Amino acid sequence: MMAGVGGGNDFQWCFSQVKGATDEDVAEADIISTVEFNYSGELLATGDKGGRVVIFQREQESKNRPLSRGEYNVYSTFQSHEPEFDYLKSLEIEEKINKIRWLPQQNAAHFLLSTNDKTIKLWKISERDKRAEGYNLKDEDGRLRDPFRITSLRVPVLMPMDLMVEASPRRIFANAHTYHINSISVNSDYETYLSADDLRINLWHLEITDRSFNIVDIKPANMEELTEVITAAECHPHQCNVFVYSSSKGTIRLCDMRAGALCDRHSKFFEEPEDPSSRSFFSEIISSISDVKFSHSGRYMMTRDYLSVKVWDLNMENRPVETYQVHEYLRSKLCSLYENDCIFDKFECCWNGSDSAIMTGSYNNFFRMFDRNTRRDITLEASRENSKPRAMLKPRKVCTGGKRKKDEISVDSLDFNKKILHTAWHPKENVIAVAATNNLYIFQDKLN
Amino acid sequence: MFAEVTVRSMFSRPCYLPLHVMCVFEVYISLSCAFCRHGKRVEKLKMLFGLAVNEAKLTSQRTRLKNQNGFHLCRLSREVYTFVSPSRMSGSLLNMFSKGTKRKFSDGGEEISEEGLVGARVASSYSLQRQSLLDMSLIKLQLCHMLVEPNLCRSVLIANTVRQIQEEMTHDGSWHMVTEAFCNAGQSPSERLVATEVLCRSREQDAEPKVFSVISYEGCREEEVVADETLCSVSVRDTVSNVYLAGRMGQCWEKNELSGIERDEEVLEDSRLGSGEDEEINTEDEASTEGPKTIGQVFGTFEIKNGSPGPDSALEELFSDVDTSYYDLDTMLTGMQSAPKMGPYDLLDSLGPSHGSPSIVSTPNCRSDLNELDHIMEIIVGS
Repeated sequence: MMAGVGGGNDFQWCFSQVKGATDEDVAEADIISTVEFNYSGELLATGDKGGRVVIFQREQESKNRPLSRGEYNVYSTFQSHEPEFDYLKSLEIEEKINKIRWLPQQNAAHFLLSTNDKTIKLWKISERDKRAEGYNLKDEDGRLRDPFRITSLRVPVLMPMDLMVEASPRRIFANAHTYHINSISVNSDYETYLSADDLRINLWHLEITDRSFNIVDIKPANMEELTEVITAAECHPHQCNVFVYSSSKGTIRLCDMRAGALCDRHSKFFEEPEDPSSRSFFSEIISSISDVKFSHSGRYMMTRDYLSVKVWDLNMENRPVETYQVHEYLRSKLCSLYENDCIFDKFECCWNGSDSAIMTGSYNNFFRMFDRNTRRDITLEASRENSKPRAMLKPRKVCTGGKRKKDEISVDSLDFNKKILHTAWHPKENVIAVAATNNLYIFQDKLN
Repeated sequence: MFAEVTVRSMFSRPCYLPLHVMCVFEVYISLSCAFCRHGKRVEKLKMLFGLAVNEAKLTSQRTRLKNQNGFHLCRLSREVYTFVSPSRMSGSLLNMFSKGTKRKFSDGGEEISEEGLVGARVASSYSLQRQSLLDMSLIKLQLCHMLVEPNLCRSVLIANTVRQIQEEMTHDGSWHMVTEAFCNAGQSPSERLVATEVLCRSREQDAEPKVFSVISYEGCREEEVVADETLCSVSVRDTVSNVYLAGRMGQCWEKNELSGIERDEEVLEDSRLGSGEDEEINTEDEASTEGPKTIGQVFGTFEIKNGSPGPDSALEELFSDVDTSYYDLDTMLTGMQSAPKMGPYDLLDSLGPSHGSPSIVSTPNCRSDLNELDHIMEIIVGS
């Protein structure tokens, strides 16, 4: 389901909402660092560099405006992580939320895992819209009644009150990671989850906070020999014994936990052979995988490296089945991007609900979508200028050289400070959330 | 590449620095700032430098603020700021890569000196590019984020890049060229290790943990990390002088929290480059003696025992020409060197007078500037 360029029966992406401050001065704490829909798509969570989590809830669709889907409004905001100081190492631990992962809903409350560099927390978000009144032992204002003065018993009655959403930390999983946590992933058994840092992956039980199992350890005996780190990890969506992790050398390892307690030996090893003609000093850096995501079906996985997105069939290890170039025009600028550190930006990627399309971000607040069936791709921009309600998004194009056509933007005019690293796609519908620095854009499709 | 003047003050007292003196200091916001909310950080900066600091600009990295002296205040990391002076050479090398197209994210000024361009043309384009890439990588590794652990993935990738370049340079024979260029008659191969010795020595002398824990994967660092970036692109004469001079200034940093005089833009390379590398070279020797905070733990990019004999000895030779007398703060302050082997001052001389900013080439200027420097140091050291 792709945005058609010319209209017709295709979908068009339209602006729906934007959240966040409008002024140019961006407070660093407001920079969004993760975006995630829950399993139903009703809730959308964002984490920022200041350690806060903001959850948006979708309004129920009103019968009056059937064409406009429900809007997302703030449901709950809470401070998930605080900055800490590691006294032993004299280091500050950033409160930035690296990842948020929802747990499937099992009762009225919602649960999510949020993590910073060192600590994972399980949060319970629950609603309270009723209040009990008519207690026997205390007055309405809370004062205890004198028990000798109570002459009759009554049953407290539940009275409605204004909706209150509370977030409380139910579990804190701490002190298990020496290095910076980059991924968490809830297992399909809904009882365990894994957390990955640069060199190790741990398996946790959601109920047990004082210990975790180390299942992958790539730390060399001698740290001087370190040449590769873990960049992302994810559990298989259906097989609770399978997970994958990606590395900074562009490889993905699939591991089966049934094989052994320590999954240092992979079951499958995915690597695309390097093209010798395009080798440069930056080859390794741009091959470093910044994100890995299983498809909903569990048959494919997608990896994001600096310039491309690759779709892999889990049954074929020697090369990806599909490769999409995100911003190939940057290949000639790699040295500059290395100099200003942009080459180390970690872009994420996501599937749509039916696995027919994938999306990832780029610079200049551009984001790209690829339709796997039609092989069409589109570049869209998240900007305040296109922020009129239900305004259609116009496809953008980057001109790589030669004459610049009207409406095209040249590579040298791209703003590399405006990067879209985090995007999310609604699990069932064509609704996407795009994080542009401190603003969250929500786009929806509009049936023609 | 750009020349940077880094300013350091460890105190919350106002520190009005005569920036025209081109002193090398470091900017360090006291630890209490770490937990300050954003606004307070701004206030601290204002207090420290007496500058009108644009609050908005502080939020993004690598943003530049100009102060009244024409220096740019550049934010290196969360709590590390540095003053940057536009480099004459800043545009030249990078321009070669980008083919002269305008880049929004380019650093530093765009002035290009005559000598720089001539030098660039002289050297082969590829090896010059490679060299500057190596330099850039080394600087990146040296840059410490003061209070937060450095990103391990980034460090590993940069280190791998450096290793790759070095391997290629070894195969090319460029490594050999590099070492030959700076070979001093009086030194025997064993003396070539002087650089590392010096570093060892200074390390032992330092009671406190390493100031520049560069590539420390273990996250070992000192609070007051020095983020010196007296980097200058360079050399008209030798393409390799960048890397060569790395070792020089490192010592003065290690021994003293304040470095000496800042060089003019033509001064070569970042001191910490050399110090970092040498420390890594020393890994094996030092590993047993050093505590957890050695750079030795870092990684084997410059690890002699790992590599082939070629780059190892070459690397040692590269940094062997460190002039140890240079590392006395006194000598730094007086600017007088008995016989600098190939001190930065020599190159400065050779490059001629700078473009207008006070240069340390001439001694009298030096002296008056140094007096001020003395004064500043007194304030800072709190005597």
